[in-house]
Amino acid sequence: MGMSNDASEKKSKKTMAMGDRAILPEGARTIPIYIMGKKFEVPETLTIMKAMEYAGFQFMRGCGCRGGICGACSTVYRKPDDYKLQVGLACQTVVEPDMYLTQMPFFPANRASYRLEDLEGKPEEIFKLYPEVFRCVACNACTKACPMDVKVLDYVSAVKQGNIAKAAQISFDCVQCGLCASRCVGELPQYHFAQLARRMYGKIIAPKSKHLEKRVKEIESGKYGEILKKLTRMDQNELEKLYIEREREPDTSTPGEWMPEEKEYL
Amino acid sequence: MSYTPEMKELIKKVEATRPQRIEKSRKNEHYPDLSLEEREQVLKKFHPDYMDEGRRAVKVGPNKGDVFPAEVVDLLESKTRIDVPRIDLEKVDFETDVLVIGGGGAGTAAALTAQEQGMKVIIATKLRHGDANTVMAEGGIQGATQEGDSPFYHYLDTIGGGHFTNQSDLVEALVHDAPLVIAWLESLGMMFDKDKEGRLAVRHFGGSSRKRMHSAGDMTGAEIMRIIRDETRNCSDDITVLEFSPAIELLLDEEGKCGGALLYSLDTEEYVLVKAKAVIVATGGFGRLHVQGFATTNHYGATMDGVVMAYRAGVKTTFMHSTQYHPTGAAYPEQNVGLLITEKTRGLGAHVLNKHGEQFCFPLEPRDIESALLIRECTERDNGVITPTGRLGVWLDSPMIDVLHGEGTVEQELPAKFIQFKRYEIDISKEPMLVYPTLHYQSGGIFMNAQTETSLKGLYSAGEVSGGIHGDNRLMGNSLLDILTFGRRAGTVAAHYVKSGIEVKKLNTSHLTAFEDELKSAGIEDPLVGPMLLPDYTTDIVKGKQWTAHYEGTLR
Repeated sequence: MGMSNDASEKKSKKTMAMGDRAILPEGARTIPIYIMGKKFEVPETLTIMKAMEYAGFQFMRGCGCRGGICGACSTVYRKPDDYKLQVGLACQTVVEPDMYLTQMPFFPANRASYRLEDLEGKPEEIFKLYPEVFRCVACNACTKACPMDVKVLDYVSAVKQGNIAKAAQISFDCVQCGLCASRCVGELPQYHFAQLARRMYGKIIAPKSKHLEKRVKEIESGKYGEILKKLTRMDQNELEKLYIEREREPDTSTPGEWMPEEKEYL
Repeated sequence: MSYTPEMKELIKKVEATRPQRIEKSRKNEHYPDLSLEEREQVLKKFHPDYMDEGRRAVKVGPNKGDVFPAEVVDLLESKTRIDVPRIDLEKVDFETDVLVIGGGGAGTAAALTAQEQGMKVIIATKLRHGDANTVMAEGGIQGATQEGDSPFYHYLDTIGGGHFTNQSDLVEALVHDAPLVIAWLESLGMMFDKDKEGRLAVRHFGGSSRKRMHSAGDMTGAEIMRIIRDETRNCSDDITVLEFSPAIELLLDEEGKCGGALLYSLDTEEYVLVKAKAVIVATGGFGRLHVQGFATTNHYGATMDGVVMAYRAGVKTTFMHSTQYHPTGAAYPEQNVGLLITEKTRGLGAHVLNKHGEQFCFPLEPRDIESALLIRECTERDNGVITPTGRLGVWLDSPMIDVLHGEGTVEQELPAKFIQFKRYEIDISKEPMLVYPTLHYQSGGIFMNAQTETSLKGLYSAGEVSGGIHGDNRLMGNSLLDILTFGRRAGTVAAHYVKSGIEVKKLNTSHLTAFEDELKSAGIEDPLVGPMLLPDYTTDIVKGKQWTAHYEGTLR
């Protein structure tokens, strides 16, 4: 099922589906790009990932979800006559004429091991695990290097100021690709201590869900054991009846306040 | 790469009908949904699962005679990558208590719970730890945590959504463990959406009777994967992660129980033998097989490896006839093809329209029905829009959302989608998206019980690789729950099994030889090489010039 086949199929009949391989529009222009310094002619509309596959590369590293969230395909590139180093995810960035690019599928960064249950959610705990936080010179190279537009320097500063909650919120969209660490003058592993900050926030700083705690106790006490067993033994007619008759929580309800008419199975 | 002039002309037809449609929406008037009889008719005629074309009976193995999509059958009938006599079973590279195959959500949860039980664990994964469909799950995770809800209603919603076909003991386990799973995630530091009092935010979804969808922004799956992977790294004394090391065969001992697996190092092309007292398969789904030619929302490594390996070892599959197509995958621009456009878009009021700008279906039918209706409109009725690359699609009228809920709603509620289209000069708050069903989820898989035990002693199954939990149709938010429920169960159950005093006897590969013989006697000439491991997107142009290249299956 190659490009040529796809094109001819298109003319002959209306196929139900056409797969995932990039298909070129008729008369699509090609442009030169430089993959690790070597020139390839690729169709102008493709993403870097699909352009590399078009050029004949078969990915083993540097390719993951292909949907912009896993951080496997971080790529750095430069455009002609532009001093600026650009970054992007190969699966999300469209090729441009004469761009020079390389992928960076891995970058070594120190990660400190810890036991979450031993922590109290204090900034000093982060400082102890990651003393290099204070090597930050606030140059902002990390933020410029983030393909997810995370304000990396802002969360690094929040950590330095001891505001773990703020660091957790700002760093939330991080895909842990490591590009920030690769550009850091102070040699900080930003994405690792951001992960620590988020987990401290989620476990220790954010309020506990009391209703969840209660439900867990109910389940552990075996409260629903019998009724669930009963459901597994029901035939389809009985289940259908219960299914059709079940009450729908209104869209406008406030969780925790709304209660259904039927309370027998709660 | 904004819309072409031809497409922009067609968009005018969408804009022309919009004021009228908005008016109706405001009056709560909907395009009528289908009756149960009509649903059945449209499914039978237009859902790929119900078509004879592209499906055939499998000729070998424990599911012999069952009819599955051809792409699935091709791999069930595939041959091993390796010349079996060359496997040296005496040279054990790693020995461990529990081997987990797959480093996504299910595998990682299994590794953590096994480690808690004092096990030494190896996670063998094909790509990086965490490269899995888990990270791509946007919507959320179900669990009856609220006072007005209970596992009883979660059970009913799930089994009704699955057309009452689901394996009941698995649904029971799923809804029972759901609040425990959510509490576990909270204890690991997950940043759930919650208010100042700690009340978890919950939402409705397709097929729900209660608000039960928990989330962490629009990247719930990514947040889950990040924290459980991070926790694994804190346990590195007990959990070893082997990346770029997919398993290619299971190994049995002379008593016939599972005793390890053979891994293939993608970097060095060496085979690596792992001897393990218990093995947990958590390899995920099959989107990259592009079943029936569909584009997919799945990650690069979703190639059904676990089902293939287990099948050769005599483990039966269930529900492999069933595939979930998400009704709204992007069909344009080409760069976004297959990309998931979340159900939330229709939940917020966007209509689905044909090339004349007309509505042709209720936008929130169950996923399988909605997909079938879109396919009918584009094929039989010939009312689809054709893209410059020859793909078909219908409009998803996202600009309605801003009109209905106020300027800025699209950008606020669908931030990821907004950016992904903005990149190609399409403002989805002003212009509709072109969509078509996309291959989303492997409904079937390894047959197991609620303790994740398979028919092969010592082999456990968890996550998308397993079948039966969701029956013929899965509800949103039950897949993240599934991987963690059964991942955690597999880790615990495997650990108990190991602790009962398991000794792996002499390993053998007789199941592989027997399977090869079966292929021969079934007259299967020239079988594929499986597991596939990675899809091959090399073009025919390039392949035609690779005069000395050697492909073993899809790998060069």
